[in-house]
Amino acid sequence: MALAVTTSSPVSTRKRVIPGFHLSLGFTLFYLGLIVLIPLSAVFLKTFTMTWPAFWDTISSERVVASYRLTFGASFLAALINVVFGGIVSWVLVRYEFPGKRFIDAMVDLPFALPTAVAGITLATLYAPNGWIGQLLAPLGIKVAFTPLGVLVALTFIGLPFVVRTVQPVLEEAEKELEEAALSLGASHWQTFTRVTLPTILPALMTGFALAFARATGEYGSVIFIAGNMPMISEITPLFMITKLEQYDYAGATAIAVVMLVLSFSLLLAINALQAWMRRRQAAGSKV
Amino acid sequence: MSAISVQPATPVRRVEPPLSLAATTEPRWIRYALMLAAFGFLTLFLFVPLVAVFSEAFKKGWQVYLDSITEPDALSAIRLTLIAAGIAVPLNLVFGVAAAWTIAKFEFKGKSVLLTLIDLPFSVSPVISGLIYVLLFGAQGWFGEWLRDHDIKILFAVPGIVLATIFVTFPFVARELIPLMQAQGSEEEEAALVLGASGWQTFWHVTLPNIKWGLLYGVILCNARAMGEFGAVSVVSGHIRGETNTMPLQVEILYNEYNFAAAFAVASLLTLLALLTLALKALVEWRTNESQAPLDQIS
Repeated sequence: MALAVTTSSPVSTRKRVIPGFHLSLGFTLFYLGLIVLIPLSAVFLKTFTMTWPAFWDTISSERVVASYRLTFGASFLAALINVVFGGIVSWVLVRYEFPGKRFIDAMVDLPFALPTAVAGITLATLYAPNGWIGQLLAPLGIKVAFTPLGVLVALTFIGLPFVVRTVQPVLEEAEKELEEAALSLGASHWQTFTRVTLPTILPALMTGFALAFARATGEYGSVIFIAGNMPMISEITPLFMITKLEQYDYAGATAIAVVMLVLSFSLLLAINALQAWMRRRQAAGSKV
Repeated sequence: MSAISVQPATPVRRVEPPLSLAATTEPRWIRYALMLAAFGFLTLFLFVPLVAVFSEAFKKGWQVYLDSITEPDALSAIRLTLIAAGIAVPLNLVFGVAAAWTIAKFEFKGKSVLLTLIDLPFSVSPVISGLIYVLLFGAQGWFGEWLRDHDIKILFAVPGIVLATIFVTFPFVARELIPLMQAQGSEEEEAALVLGASGWQTFWHVTLPNIKWGLLYGVILCNARAMGEFGAVSVVSGHIRGETNTMPLQVEILYNEYNFAAAFAVASLLTLLALLTLALKALVEWRTNESQAPLDQIS
């Protein structure tokens, strides 16, 4: 009914019925420009004051390249850990019944809600050699706090909700009939999972991975306390920018910021494409 | 069902699970292994840290805890955090409503570009979010000289902190409202307008009641981030004790001074805020599900 009304009325009349187009668009663009676009453009304009060789030297110095390797490597591994365990958590939350399920479901968002500085000092305290977890790992010769492994722990923590929150709704929507059909036709549980369930949730897993990865590459607060921040070893790129700023090397900090921005915008575009793919697949699925 | 009809004479001793459930449920050992993996992971990364915050905060007893959160510097940090969130959240709320109205109610060119631009602050590192204001208002920045001549302080002062907070929390309300208002369509508003309501009346009496839970949801998330933001605020704050320290910055300073009990005491307040946020969020989700359920049954 409702659909018939909107499709039969031409778009031009709908525009006229609802008021406030110019006011709301005008305010949206004004505020967006003032708060986001003008300040962000400052980053790019600032780098134009640098010469190309100076820019290149800044973004390819040995120390900053080591920080890229750590930041992107640890973010990648953390997102991968979250794909595996986030996938399992969303499976358990959707498919199984157990006491306290709603409580645990709500708690999954804790890394979103907990300020990063709090997460940082807590993880650093837990994984320090005399901390609750650190003293269990110390006899095994594993050092987490103040090593690159600490960066991985912090990035895993902050990326935890992303995969769960993207996979969970897809798993809820997924038709169990397909799995039943596969099982009743003689497929094993493993075959059913890899051939039926996994293809259904794959776009969601990839989107969750990309979101967790993107968040982790820019993360600062939760990492700096546990990382130890040794140049070349456990120094992440955002911290390196802060170091440059504290030396009043604004141009240097900005050059690295441009590299990070270009990478994160590319990631944003990739995430948008993934989400569009997800929506198309879901739409196609619901039509069938 | 079929099991009962086959043997009607004997009483059913055990209720079989419905066939469809039994068919797709994994063997018991797989189920237990998966649940063990999930709970182990969540315990390690969520529950142990959560317990640790409060355990560290109360390590030296109630008196130290109370002293830590009522000393003048801590109170000033709490005040500044409330001010920053108190300005950033309402501004982003107004923006969120305007942006959602524009995107959900009208068709225009460049809509998807606008949507991407609104999401931009989410994909920018907090450090860069602070850096941009240093480039604008710092001593060597675009407006640095003009600000110095007019004796206006933005960077390393409260306005810079407020601006950085606004930037990092910019998309939250818009993000919640846009999909919600797109899904609701504009038939109800059209009906109100055709019946003679003015634009503002339609907004207050038709749109707002429809989006109130989504609005609240967005505000809760926006507020949590505004009060907890660390990276961006740390770049613009200058870390002046009792003046430009927000609660997360106060946590950092205390921790770096090895005053762990006080650091975790202030951190525990932020943790309580996070837990309150999660509780409110769960409540709003429950309310929206409740109000949607009858609709689903009708359609």
